[in-house]
Amino acid sequence: MAMGSTKWQWFYRLGSPRWFYEISGRWLPWLVCATIILLGVGLFWGLALAPPDARQGHSFRIIYLHVPASLLALAGYYIMAVTGAVGLIWRIKMSFMLMKSAAPIGAALTFMALFTGAVWGKPSWGTYWVWDARITSMLILLFLYLGVLALQRAFTSVEAGYRASAILALVGTVNIPIIYKSVDWWHTLHQPATLKLTSASSIHTDMLEPLVVMVCGFYVFYVLALCLFTRSEIVQQESATAWVKALATSESRT
Amino acid sequence: MHLIRRQRLQWVILMLVTSSMAVGLVVYALGQNTNYFYTPSQIAQGVAPIGVRVRAGGMVVVGSLERAADSLDVEFDVSDGAVHLRVHYSGILPDLFDEGQAAIVAGVVDANSVLQATEVLAKHDENYMPPEVADTMSAAYREANGLGGDY
Repeated sequence: MAMGSTKWQWFYRLGSPRWFYEISGRWLPWLVCATIILLGVGLFWGLALAPPDARQGHSFRIIYLHVPASLLALAGYYIMAVTGAVGLIWRIKMSFMLMKSAAPIGAALTFMALFTGAVWGKPSWGTYWVWDARITSMLILLFLYLGVLALQRAFTSVEAGYRASAILALVGTVNIPIIYKSVDWWHTLHQPATLKLTSASSIHTDMLEPLVVMVCGFYVFYVLALCLFTRSEIVQQESATAWVKALATSESRT
Repeated sequence: MHLIRRQRLQWVILMLVTSSMAVGLVVYALGQNTNYFYTPSQIAQGVAPIGVRVRAGGMVVVGSLERAADSLDVEFDVSDGAVHLRVHYSGILPDLFDEGQAAIVAGVVDANSVLQATEVLAKHDENYMPPEVADTMSAAYREANGLGGDY
């Protein structure tokens, strides 16, 4: 890696796998605590304390899993695409490792959004699945995540897999605003957004508060999962380096 | 920024712009076909194809629901605020189906311009509220705020 000017040196230090491994190791206990507390409080509040919905009764409570999973599935795609772009432009391995780790988490969250939606759809709409714009574009997102996962493993050279999957991740970003705006652009069976950025959300405060806790909990969980996946990727890719070997021997001794 | 990295950045931006344009054109070309259902007005104007299975969506008009006493046959009006479309259906309606709520029906419009539905789906709106809050809100207030349906 050429370090042409001192101006960019901080950026390259950020890209050191060893530095990331050490700093994320210090974050892990805090992230685990925050995840357990936020998800525990959010789930108990949402499932047990929040009032039932006037029309849906208790089945509305799936919102506490469906909405955070969907939000993170979309936000996580941007994380994957941005780290992929940084990797492509600066050829930073660390950035590629983050991109690779974001793919399985995003795929799982997208599947969770589709599955919880189907479970809710049967009693509420009268069907598990329809091919409307929102649900179909979300299915495309799942296929994009799976495509990135497959491309990463389709090459004998790790570097080639990183680059090819980063390009697919970048091209796929077009889908994200389509998913987000699909309920406004077209007639869909899926209802428009309940949480709104620009105006008041159309959900009662007693139901909104646990949802906000759950969304925060999912964000922290996402960071935790990304750290864990990336750390395992670092150890795999850097297994030939002296510091990983030292790490392995010191951990087997204790 | 190093020249080669600037070049790579330009490639990435070019890739994003061209793929967005390509998808944008596809979405534009698909246009109305991407809609999951037609509104009663579109069906009345002849936008929807005649004689084949179409989906129509709108509010179930309050007071229009008629159930047959001896069978599962139901008839109701679906409206988008301008045009009422008569729907006939034989079967069990979803739990969330109700007058004053949105629904999507699929079927063929017959010669009497009644939609003979083979499927009825309830369309939930984006509003969530506890039962007590719903009870205390008067019908007029709900109408004024557009609650209880999108149309």
